[in-house]
Amino acid sequence: MSTVQSVKAAYRQFKQGVWNESIDVRDFIIQNMTSYTGDESFLAPATPATNKLWEHISRLSREERERGGVWDVDTTTPSTITAHGPGYIDKELEKIVGVQTDAPFKRSVQPFGGIKMVVDACKAYGYDIPQELIDTFTEIRKTHNQGVFDAYTPEMRLARKTGIITGLPDAYGRGRIIGDYRRVALYGVDRLIEAKLADKALTDHAPMSDDVIREREEHSEQIRSLQELKAMAASYGYDISRPAENAQEAIQWLYFAYLGAVKEQNGAAMSIGRISSFLDIYIERDLAEGTMTEEQAQELMDHFVMKLRIVKFLRTPDYNELFSGDPTWVTESIAGVALDGTPMVTKSSFRILHTLYTLGPSPEPNLTVLWSNQLPEAFKKYCAKVSIETSSIQYENDDLMRPIYGDDYGIACCVSAMRIGKQMQFFGARANLAKALLYAINGGVDEKMNVKVYPHDLPAVTDEVLDYDKVMANYEQVMEWLSGLYINTLNVIHYMHDKYCYERLEFALHDREILRTMACGIAGLSVVADSLSAIKYAKVYPIRNEQGIAIDFRIEGDYPQYGNNDQRVDDIAIALVERFMKMLKQHKTYRNSIATQSVLTITSNVVYGKKTGSTPDGRKAGEPFAPGANPMHGRDRKGALASLTSVAKLPYEHALDGISNTFSIVGKALGKDSDTQRQNLTALLDTYMGQKAHHLNVNVFDRETLKDAMEHPELYPQLTVRVSGYAVNFIKLTKEQQLEVISRTFHGAL
Amino acid sequence: MNTATEHQAQVDHDRRVKGRIHSFESFGTVDGPGIRFVLFMQGCALRCKFCHNPDTWDMTTGKVMTVDEVIAEIEPYIPYYKASGGGVTFSGGEPSLQAPFLAALGRELKRRHQLHIAMDSSGFCEPAHLRSTSLLEVVDLILLDLKMIDEQKHMELTTQSNDRILRMAQFVNDYGTRLWIRHVVIPEVTTDPTDVERLAVEIQKLSTVERLELLPYHEMGKFKWKQLGLRYELEHMKPPTNEQLAAVQNQLQARLDIPVII
Repeated sequence: MSTVQSVKAAYRQFKQGVWNESIDVRDFIIQNMTSYTGDESFLAPATPATNKLWEHISRLSREERERGGVWDVDTTTPSTITAHGPGYIDKELEKIVGVQTDAPFKRSVQPFGGIKMVVDACKAYGYDIPQELIDTFTEIRKTHNQGVFDAYTPEMRLARKTGIITGLPDAYGRGRIIGDYRRVALYGVDRLIEAKLADKALTDHAPMSDDVIREREEHSEQIRSLQELKAMAASYGYDISRPAENAQEAIQWLYFAYLGAVKEQNGAAMSIGRISSFLDIYIERDLAEGTMTEEQAQELMDHFVMKLRIVKFLRTPDYNELFSGDPTWVTESIAGVALDGTPMVTKSSFRILHTLYTLGPSPEPNLTVLWSNQLPEAFKKYCAKVSIETSSIQYENDDLMRPIYGDDYGIACCVSAMRIGKQMQFFGARANLAKALLYAINGGVDEKMNVKVYPHDLPAVTDEVLDYDKVMANYEQVMEWLSGLYINTLNVIHYMHDKYCYERLEFALHDREILRTMACGIAGLSVVADSLSAIKYAKVYPIRNEQGIAIDFRIEGDYPQYGNNDQRVDDIAIALVERFMKMLKQHKTYRNSIATQSVLTITSNVVYGKKTGSTPDGRKAGEPFAPGANPMHGRDRKGALASLTSVAKLPYEHALDGISNTFSIVGKALGKDSDTQRQNLTALLDTYMGQKAHHLNVNVFDRETLKDAMEHPELYPQLTVRVSGYAVNFIKLTKEQQLEVISRTFHGAL
Repeated sequence: MNTATEHQAQVDHDRRVKGRIHSFESFGTVDGPGIRFVLFMQGCALRCKFCHNPDTWDMTTGKVMTVDEVIAEIEPYIPYYKASGGGVTFSGGEPSLQAPFLAALGRELKRRHQLHIAMDSSGFCEPAHLRSTSLLEVVDLILLDLKMIDEQKHMELTTQSNDRILRMAQFVNDYGTRLWIRHVVIPEVTTDPTDVERLAVEIQKLSTVERLELLPYHEMGKFKWKQLGLRYELEHMKPPTNEQLAAVQNQLQARLDIPVII
């Protein structure tokens, strides 16, 4: 078939539009999507092939657990798009093929981010990296990690060591970049290469400045990656140079594109975008043409999702402490509303949620519903049902995000919204604002390491009772310094990441013009808000050691605590978010990116707590922080609605990288029968989002289940718990993290 | 005085009325439809052996609050109540003991927010008293506990006769107030088929009943008895098994054409 013919065949029945002239997936979706307002009764169960494949995967999962967390590692082949030959679970049964190496569950080494991390990870699981490979990535090929440490200042190293800035992507892939994987299905790779060549030609006669040279090199890398992607697909017997012609091809093409990305990038979060309603267009066409049944449609979705569930990276135990449970954040954004008011709910929005039944609950893909009050009621009810039964969904406020990002954005990682193929972020982990407060009290000296970290003069607060104004004056100075150091550190990291570990395939699936954000973050918001509230409304007596460092605090009297809808302290939390954001914005950023921040800790709230001394709110040294924007464990005593209302007050416009809230409730506390429970959860989401809140993780289970799972993990292979912007397999958490999850406030616990 | 002034005088009066409050829950989902603000009133005349809130009995304790103060606790969450088809539930203790306060509170909630109001009551209230306080004018739904129809057994269980309760049930039924009947299932104590049968017969007399909720006895209030220095007579009692519950449910459902819910 000629190219023209194959394109004609691929686009049969589709409504034409701007998308035919230029690369514009959004236009394709808007022109062709079939919005669905019905309920879930059309869904089909898993096919025998699906069940068999899933049994196979469940067995591998069990073996992986028995082998200490890693099933096998290919230690000799640095992973690239084409480094490994094809691999299968069961070639005869799989409708969607492709795994990261030549066998499922076999992890690859990805040394471009840093060889040390690879060596440490292998060692931790009992594997050795051949010396030759270590030499190559130490002496011949420089890595991102080495680049960063070449440029780090002593101050940056110290801040990293004390943990006032932690979780930085300086030794691993930064992730949080979403390639528009749909483009491969819609256009075929050849057309994408053509467009990239045209982009590159735009600078053929430009003066060769740093920026232009970098862009040209990046374009060449992108084009090369697309060619390799074709070769990888060809090894599985598929020609993806042309557009997909049916649903099976569309899913397969899209998955190959994603697979190419995860073969090459061990990114902290490798999110997939907003794909289900895009794929629905192909499924609807096949169903209309009579070439597919609902069973087959669900089977394709199941086989695809199965693949997304087994994306695996080789990571160190250190990393695991930060981001626990082997997460990959294959975040898929579902539903939302189009700019013209049409709900972007399709039957495939249901199909992808339905995989939580056909394959059972799972943390991955990270299913994220873009919630709007305008979503069809039947879909809302179905989401509530799935949440209540599986605890595997998170919700983000489409009505809040749509005016900013339009109707073709996706969530990267947990709560970071970005226009797909048009926007990316430089992931920046987070600054520990609770530790910064201790620096303000202790004259800039780290309370754990007893070294002066804050580089300027700062008198320690030596009063018997802490004075709010004095503490705040110092805190302001420390935060000002911290914001600058933080941005500078991120500038170094992302300069080096672009240079040594560039995500060429993911950027090949972006436009030429990209909006870049510098995604900073804060940890310890509720600890600081409560601490400042205690200092302001009660009497806080520091207990100082011989060096004069406040190592503990005695509180006299009550003080308002964040999470009880008490304006006195909620205002403190709001002001903190605004203040730190304003400070971040003052600094020059790499590639003129726009500074943003998140209030999100993922599971690092445990590690942050470990590294932070006792705080004036009464939290003892080493105790975990609350996750994300959550109130501190057990302090939100006025019930679920007061807790939600406090969090909803945090201003999204000053935390555009997301505000995470994790909500745990006992099923019975939602209502007596399942209809009532669904209705109440739906109303709760509608109202919470109506309060302009950003995000809610919904967990529905009780403490007893979790305690039992700690003791008998083998009985709970698929117990899924939403933690902070993502979900984990509960039994894969470290013991400390399990205990932290159990200690969280369970609303309605009797 | 013209009507507007009278109305204003009533409003001013209502806002200042005081009640004794035990506590409140802003996210109640089991005491009436939807998400509800549940106001637990202080004070009760019954001394039920299985009571899980004995700390609400004493009529002289609790926090004294005005109607305005109580409404201030409710107002931040009204969107949740409205979106879910919920509202406010007066519970306790026995809320009807403070009927004048709740009538004032109810009027003010209706006037400002048109909220749905339910009352969770033991029914131990003289119909004449209810009539005089006009509480029923603001209550949309009564969750009425019918614990035991046999009078002697009722006295053993609660220290009081059920005569007043059954009269009150008939009274609110005749008034036209919607009813949800609630019945606590305690193994051996309230599971005798003869007693269950009599309950069904009693419910059939009430035409405004929309559903019957069976509440499995639980031991979670036990610790409160100890805290209050009281002896818990049902020490040996276990919550009903699923089979025991189902037996009661089936027997009732066979007789009644309203849903019987656990």
